[in-house]
Amino acid sequence: MTASHIALSRFGYGLKFGEEPPRDAKRYLLSQIDNFEPKPVQIAGRPDTTELAGKFVDVIHARNRARTIAQDRAESMGMDRTRVKVSLEEYLPQFPAEVRGTYLEPIKALIRDLGFRFDMAAASDTPMMERLVHFWSNHFSVTARKIGTYHQVGNLEFGAIRPKVRGKFGDMMKAAVLHPAMLFYLDQFRSIGPNSPRKRGPGRRGLNENLAREILELHTLGVNGGYSQEDVTEFARALTGWTIGGLRQTSRFAPEGARGTIFIDAFHEPGARTIMGKTYRQQGSEQALAVLDDLATHPSTARFVSTKLARHFAGDVPPESLVRRLERNFLRTGGDLESLTRTLIEAPECWREGPVKFQRPFEWLVASLRFAGGDQFNERQIYSMLVALGEQSWNAPSPAGFDDFEGNWAGPDALIRRVELAERITRRAPFAANILDRAKAAFPGTLSENTRLWLSRAESDRQALGLMLAAPEMMRR
Amino acid sequence: MTMNVIDRRTLLSRGMTGSLVIGAGGLSAPRLAFGQETGSKKLLFVILRGAADGLSMLAPVGDPDFARLRRRSLREYENARKADSFFAIHPTLENIGQAYSEGEALFVHAAATAYRERSHFDGQNVLETGGSSPFSRRDGWLNRLASLIAAKAGRQPKALAVALTMPLALRGDAPASNYAPTRGRSASADFMDRVGKLYENDPQLGNLLSQALETREMAGDTEMRNLRDYQKTGELAASLMRSEDGAQIGMVELNGWDSHVNQIGVFRRQAGQLDALIGAYRSAMGSEWSNTMVLVATEFGRTVRINGTNGTDHGTGSAAIVLGGGVRGKRVIADWPGLADNQLFENRDLRPTTSLQSVFAGSVSEHLGFGPRETMSRLYQDAKEAPLKGITRA
Repeated sequence: MTASHIALSRFGYGLKFGEEPPRDAKRYLLSQIDNFEPKPVQIAGRPDTTELAGKFVDVIHARNRARTIAQDRAESMGMDRTRVKVSLEEYLPQFPAEVRGTYLEPIKALIRDLGFRFDMAAASDTPMMERLVHFWSNHFSVTARKIGTYHQVGNLEFGAIRPKVRGKFGDMMKAAVLHPAMLFYLDQFRSIGPNSPRKRGPGRRGLNENLAREILELHTLGVNGGYSQEDVTEFARALTGWTIGGLRQTSRFAPEGARGTIFIDAFHEPGARTIMGKTYRQQGSEQALAVLDDLATHPSTARFVSTKLARHFAGDVPPESLVRRLERNFLRTGGDLESLTRTLIEAPECWREGPVKFQRPFEWLVASLRFAGGDQFNERQIYSMLVALGEQSWNAPSPAGFDDFEGNWAGPDALIRRVELAERITRRAPFAANILDRAKAAFPGTLSENTRLWLSRAESDRQALGLMLAAPEMMRR
Repeated sequence: MTMNVIDRRTLLSRGMTGSLVIGAGGLSAPRLAFGQETGSKKLLFVILRGAADGLSMLAPVGDPDFARLRRRSLREYENARKADSFFAIHPTLENIGQAYSEGEALFVHAAATAYRERSHFDGQNVLETGGSSPFSRRDGWLNRLASLIAAKAGRQPKALAVALTMPLALRGDAPASNYAPTRGRSASADFMDRVGKLYENDPQLGNLLSQALETREMAGDTEMRNLRDYQKTGELAASLMRSEDGAQIGMVELNGWDSHVNQIGVFRRQAGQLDALIGAYRSAMGSEWSNTMVLVATEFGRTVRINGTNGTDHGTGSAAIVLGGGVRGKRVIADWPGLADNQLFENRDLRPTTSLQSVFAGSVSEHLGFGPRETMSRLYQDAKEAPLKGITRA
């Protein structure tokens, strides 16, 4: 691979239709840091509805309760319960005016946001920065399968990741792990200190360790980062009180109108906490924030984050020299993500010649549609394609996010699905011409003889485009 | 009313004759014609991702502490099938319970891998790789089993995951593939031929493509669009495995067992999926069922106590199921550790007393007619325990 090809495909999402390949690969990448637009036109008009998280959940719960009651009633009258329909329309008046319409059905909001995400990447002039956004979004992965997260995963990526992708790791981490999407996903919003004022008395819900464990294991220190089960439990106690406003179970304890992520003193476990040998005597919300601040710059975090970054840009088993380079930078700058990005660009290990990664389905689809050009697919179609390819955004199999090893993606069925989709994409491609020239530009100096041969032998421009999308050059970076 | 007092080392493995079988070593190894039948034997591994609760799957209703710790669950088991005088099978597991009663399924309880922490991802890594600790191995135990079969039988067995992406248990040096139904129209034959030419000098892509085409041919024209219909998934797995040139090793994944909230409801939903899958697979295998073994396992169990959100958190010991036409079923193999506070692992989890590796190695060695110790050492290099004996009818 040439430097220009690496800059385009390994760092970015490939050459966009109509673009010229970069002359100076490094400068091309460095300029992307400055030119990145956190809120491009696709989402400029999209309201951030993070603060309405609680409202959504309560309304949806009300609808579900009503449906169950109606179904029970139908069944007791000898009817088929699955045929009972309770429409969200009845509950529409309970929605704030600004969120009617596209927010009406959770799945619609999810697919719309997924479309925004995809379109921004496909149209971007700073594709390396888009890749980094997706990398961090996957690091702070929320799976949109629980009610309440559908509306919020887009808000998390657009509001907590995009604006902070050039900032401090700690700021992004705090914004992500305390985002309503995460608080729902990992059950934090219902975690209540066993000795908190709210908990006293039997039968109330109590401590839930889920968020505390995943922050330590997946977001900061890593599983071998030096914490114990007792540290997890202590951290979970420190996190109690962080919840979501506007829910029935929280509104009684929160100040009037408190919405989005809030802190409720009455849920918080009183007392000092000891985590990995350090005692945190802070009161209330400050306690968990102090823990998060320490975790953000902990040497284990630097190691863990550097390893993941290195794996993404230098191969499944990244060179130790690169991990150390990133780690040193992380520790020196206190986790400055812009500086880490510059370190990646300057690191010789990221410019190794051969392809170092098998493209993941999302990467392949973005690169394919950038190459093909046009915006002929709507968000529903993009959504279906990603599902069929095996990587529906914001729907990772676990809180660990999608895995970044070749073995999980280079399967027979996964490949044939790409081949099939390649042919389907070309049927509607508006710009099926000059494919060989475009391929030479997109893979400067590295298009193989065999690929050239079969592109030139294609029976039509359209078929040539399909073959290019299925070609080996498109499958790896 | 008399109550059985169960102490920690009481063994509850009762054979169909009602005799009390003492532990894993209590049975002699069956003698099998070595390797002779290997070629026709099928194995399906069903992984339950998210940590399935063994205490719900096979409830120790005879343990007085169960009633104390899981009071709200008791009603589930009032009319449930009894595995024996001590354990009750979750009522949603109808097909599996039926197989149990017919002597073609057994449960193993208080079982776990070597992993003793509580991360799903690491737990699944250990369960699938068969390593002694997370990430200590890059390949999966099912993949190593495929290599072992190849070495013994002299030909490479087909290994196939019915999954959208390749699960870790099947990754490794031996060829393996995955398959999931798709709703998209397949590509034209001409286009596919040309892509084959594009991959001519690319061994990785060339191999992947030819494996994929082979599998598609075998699955035939299913009307499925995804794997969310568990009954159809079971039927599909059977259609890919039952023919002579079908897959000898199969794997299916079931997600969603992580019941931090609403233990009873989540488990009921999940058990229904598992049961539909197993029931459909068993009947669709037809006469091949007699040559088939199914292993069902999860990465670890869940806390014995209910948490603050009516769910359970990550635990340690859980239950596993072995089914098959040749399985000596209608038994629970368990060295029951007890549920009193001082009997729990780290004062929160069901204490594991049986190693899942020994269950797997013992089951597949007897099923395939391989030496148990050799199988153990090939699949689980780091394991020190002996493989479990007496899983199949000799």
